Amino acid sequence: MAEEKKTTRKKIQAADTMNKIMSDYFYELNDAATTGKRKVAWCTSVGPAELLQALGFAVHFPENHAAMLGATRMSTDLIPAANAIGYSPDICSYLTADIGAYLKGITPLAKAYPGIQSVPKPDVLVYNTNQCRDVQDWMAWYSKKLGVPAIGVTSPKNVNEVTDAHIDDVTRQIEALVPTLEGIAGVKLDMARLRETVNLSRECTELWKQVLETAKASPAPLTFFDGTIHMGPAVVLRGTQRAVDYYKVLLAELEQRIRDGVGAVDGETSRIYWEGMPVWGRLRQHSELFANLKSTVLASTYCSSWIFPSFDGNDPIRSMAKAYLELFIVRSDRYKEEYIKEMIGKFRIDGIIYHDAKTCPYNSNSRYGLPGRVEADTGVPSLVISGDLNDLRCISDEQTKTNVEAFIEQIAEGR
Amino acid sequence: MKTPVFVGIDIGSSRTKVAVIDADRRLLGHSVRKSGTNFSATASTCLGESLETAGARREEIVHAVSTGYGRTNVDFVAAKSKTEIGCLSRWGRDRFSEAITIIDIGGQDNKVIKLDGEGRRASFKMNRKCAAGTGAFLEEMSLRLDIPLEAMDALARESTEMVKLGSYCTVFSATEVLENIRHGKKVPDIVKGLFYSVIKRVLEMDSHDGQVVMTGGVVAHNPYIVEMAGEMAGRPVVLPEYPQLAGAIGAALYALDETDPIGVRNQISAGETHG
Ligand code: SF4
Repeated sequence: MAEEKKTTRKKIQAADTMNKIMSDYFYELNDAATTGKRKVAWCTSVGPAELLQALGFAVHFPENHAAMLGATRMSTDLIPAANAIGYSPDICSYLTADIGAYLKGITPLAKAYPGIQSVPKPDVLVYNTNQCRDVQDWMAWYSKKLGVPAIGVTSPKNVNEVTDAHIDDVTRQIEALVPTLEGIAGVKLDMARLRETVNLSRECTELWKQVLETAKASPAPLTFFDGTIHMGPAVVLRGTQRAVDYYKVLLAELEQRIRDGVGAVDGETSRIYWEGMPVWGRLRQHSELFANLKSTVLASTYCSSWIFPSFDGNDPIRSMAKAYLELFIVRSDRYKEEYIKEMIGKFRIDGIIYHDAKTCPYNSNSRYGLPGRVEADTGVPSLVISGDLNDLRCISDEQTKTNVEAFIEQIAEGR
Repeated sequence: MKTPVFVGIDIGSSRTKVAVIDADRRLLGHSVRKSGTNFSATASTCLGESLETAGARREEIVHAVSTGYGRTNVDFVAAKSKTEIGCLSRWGRDRFSEAITIIDIGGQDNKVIKLDGEGRRASFKMNRKCAAGTGAFLEEMSLRLDIPLEAMDALARESTEMVKLGSYCTVFSATEVLENIRHGKKVPDIVKGLFYSVIKRVLEMDSHDGQVVMTGGVVAHNPYIVEMAGEMAGRPVVLPEYPQLAGAIGAALYALDETDPIGVRNQISAGETHG
């Protein structure tokens, strides 16, 4: 039989610590919702989480929940329930999976965390359309269903340079949320607490950036697939000391790997950049596919989306506005091209894989000729794979495998 | 005296192809069969047939490489398998000395592969998930029209007024075909329209640099498609000898590459083999 080599993934020791932090977070959320001790806010991934934390809300992130539905491969069975009530299979499969789960009364939290029966019931839904309009529709559905207000920020799109006018606009919109949120929380916004929260987010961001940048080493001590898991605290616990403490532990472990010359992939021969969403239901498979080819997918736009250099406790709301506007997904193609080129240089990338996610055009940057332009400027080859974040019906595993294997062969032979 | 031979096995979703070459890269024998459901058994049968046409024996196989959809299902290939994109490129590098674009129409997927003047792979693209423009599309239509696949080429050549089909989608195309039958269109005109739609889909996949070459089972049995492609592209398109075997020959070339050439030469002179 022609060999199919098997590779086991190298475990990151800090994962146990992370699992504990995530578990505490979900139990606290559940406690808040079931006892009513704290108010619960739902927030989009790069919505004004700092404001919500400072006002004492327990914060649930529907996108995180949707990613869990994807990673546990529950989503493909749930999406049709949302399709049946009028949400097209062509729109965000985070949205359709999450709403489908609600309709069917299912959550992966119940399985992972005994005692939790459902997602925490919200008191308010808060969005920022900096990523896409889908999040607004998503919150609007729950708002109607659960009878809670959905409020948020409408961000400009295709921003080339983030100007003062953009920042003024979003600052005003965040400020306008405050009275409503104070009313729901039953407390006045304490600016000192907001400053502290923003500073903690900033610290979290800096550590997360250092974690991701350990992949500049050869061999790289962590992969994109590890990153998608370990970014959990940066997503859901931004603005807390716990997230900061966690990344110190993780960073120390990765720095030790570098000192020991330990790579995430044994015998790394090529270094790949991943542009776009992960395929949540295929993380393990994709990680093994690349590892078997001695190829490390070591950097990505996606994991780097939780780096916000602009957070500044001295000017909390305005700096939040700036940070949310600087997000890659909000930016123009001109900006995105420059960004990717910079990443290619920084991480010494041999090839780029663009994941064209069927249901997320906003995170699929392969549709308007960008790969060709980046390739022409850098000479670094690229490959576009068709897939999806959550809807496994949009995926051909065999085609993905052949494409990736042929791409790595091409890189090897190009040398 | 025993002759060292090198074998390429291309197990596609639809057909299995085996090519046997010698150390001078000459094609000695080959075989093509439906892949069926038992890939390993089909590969074994094809290997037997191709060795027979080559006048070679199993013991004379120095090395074999497998490729294609079922590339990991071959139990007599000890070494690693290669992707069909890699094997088609290897074949192209061997046969052409200029920059080429290989357009391969397979049973379930199409590929456009570009090689630069040095034979290095510059880029490749596979079709997206749907079957538009693939062999599976023509098979589906031959069923709908109740015309054997082998009869299509001759029928298409009889067309006087080609019917144009617009859709991306195989199912929608089938509806369009039925609609044309209802409107009394002639079968040859519909068949030519099907060919046209296949070519259009593959030509649309990428730009074409250098000499365009078409490979795969579809063009092997329907050379008219290559003629039409040339007309549509406004430039000559090459139909090589054995278009269906290109991937298998590429795999055999890899098998030869992976063998120590001095060892092979010694074997030739000493008349020895190892298997
Ligand atoms: S950016 Fe994409 S994945 Fe995220 S919420 Fe919007 S559509 Fe869904």
